Amino acid sequence: MTTKNKQKSIFDFLLLISVTGLLMASCTPVKEYQKNKLNDSEMSLSSRKVEKTELNFQSYREGASGANGGKTGGGCGCN
Amino acid sequence: MVAKQEEDAAVIDQAVSFCMKKLYLSVIGMYIGILAAFSQRQDPDSSTYRSRKLNFEEANLVSSYYTQDGNNSAVTGGIGSEKLTDISNVIDLKLGLYDRRNRKHSFTGEIGIDHYTSASSDKIDPKTISSASHADTRFYPSFGWTMENEKKGITVGAGISYSSEFDYQSFGVNVNFAQKTRNKNGELAAKLQAYIDQVSLIYPVELRNGSSREGDDYATTGRNTFSGGASWSQIINKNLQVLLEGEVVYQQGYLGLPFHRVFFDDNSVHVENLPSTRLKIPLGLRANYFIGDKFILRTWYRNYRDNWGINSNAVQVETVFKLNPFLSITPFYRFYQQSAANYFAPYQVHTAADEFYTSNYDLSKFNSNFFGAGFRISPPEGVFKLNHLNSLELRYGHYLKTTGMNANIISINLRFK
Repeated sequence: MTTKNKQKSIFDFLLLISVTGLLMASCTPVKEYQKNKLNDSEMSLSSRKVEKTELNFQSYREGASGANGGKTGGGCGCN
Repeated sequence: MVAKQEEDAAVIDQAVSFCMKKLYLSVIGMYIGILAAFSQRQDPDSSTYRSRKLNFEEANLVSSYYTQDGNNSAVTGGIGSEKLTDISNVIDLKLGLYDRRNRKHSFTGEIGIDHYTSASSDKIDPKTISSASHADTRFYPSFGWTMENEKKGITVGAGISYSSEFDYQSFGVNVNFAQKTRNKNGELAAKLQAYIDQVSLIYPVELRNGSSREGDDYATTGRNTFSGGASWSQIINKNLQVLLEGEVVYQQGYLGLPFHRVFFDDNSVHVENLPSTRLKIPLGLRANYFIGDKFILRTWYRNYRDNWGINSNAVQVETVFKLNPFLSITPFYRFYQQSAANYFAPYQVHTAADEFYTSNYDLSKFNSNFFGAGFRISPPEGVFKLNHLNSLELRYGHYLKTTGMNANIISINLRFK
């Protein structure tokens, strides 16, 4: 990895952490009885079951994988 | 006489006092009785008792049809048809029970079967009518267990997986742990995974030396993948929650594929050669926002780096329109970009001076766009009035790479509860 790429990596990482930090800083405590919208199945913080094959083919057809609930190993995807 | 009257008065007072006490007790008794009659009867243990029998929780059937085409097949050195079709079926089953300490145990089992046909695989040995893996079936079962202590907010789990196809076998294990914050608004999770794989060394026909195959028994070599991941999910407010997740993935062993050809600038043909280790670091952020009562915005971003020189960014935006509480449509768009791996070059560009080389366009520089829509129905009386068919979800997507490859995928998920 070149020095320029390393600097960009660190910048991207810090940017992501900063955005997350800002979001976390604006947290308001939510009681159980106030979670009716958060508990909606569409609000789940994971990929959908129906996306299973999509995530597989993306991990085969693209150089990057991971951090999306998809596979990071196992299975060939040889073709 | 006066003394007798005083004595009688004292007896009467005592009798009145006794009657009043009895009346008070009767009124209090009646009050308690009324309270008992109108209040919900509660068994002292009912708030904590849960079934210790193994109960069915849900089952899912996910089926997909995938088709792709392009002109940069790695089997033919970065030129030639990438045409491929894949039919995939996965069934999963989830069962649960509570133990004596009121911890919830969940057991999941999954069985998947994919069948694919690949035009490029037919070019491994073009002299045959049909090569070994021009069509193949992949079988992949997995089992998992989790134990959740709701009181302490702790979840632990473990799982095993297996995947088998003609030229590739994979065995995987994983363990995971999660701890909720005291107010249950945040959760820290961690997981460790390992995959121990075996690749059959099926070389292009012109590069076989005769010793690599005896009948249908090909020599094999290993590929191992180890990964550690952590995530933090947090409720921001009543409508917004986010998840930050990161992984470190280390691979070692034979990381290329033996039937990927590379043509050098002198037109000589070689088998793809890649380093024997790879370190991948993906970092993702997911945020879901409930807007009003009918719209949900689901967003996902990932930054990825590896030591082969691939840098990538991916972003996906999905909007859920709730037409009513039981029906929703979900258009989505995903943009992906990556830089090329250090070892990639197109057809006839590599030279004999290169230590590592590949013409696999999945490792080239490109952008991709993926868009489509989903449809989900989950009526209270069950889909098609079938009580146990809890929901039906249908999803279509079209995928386009700037290299010219394109793909279509349609998937359906039937959920039974």
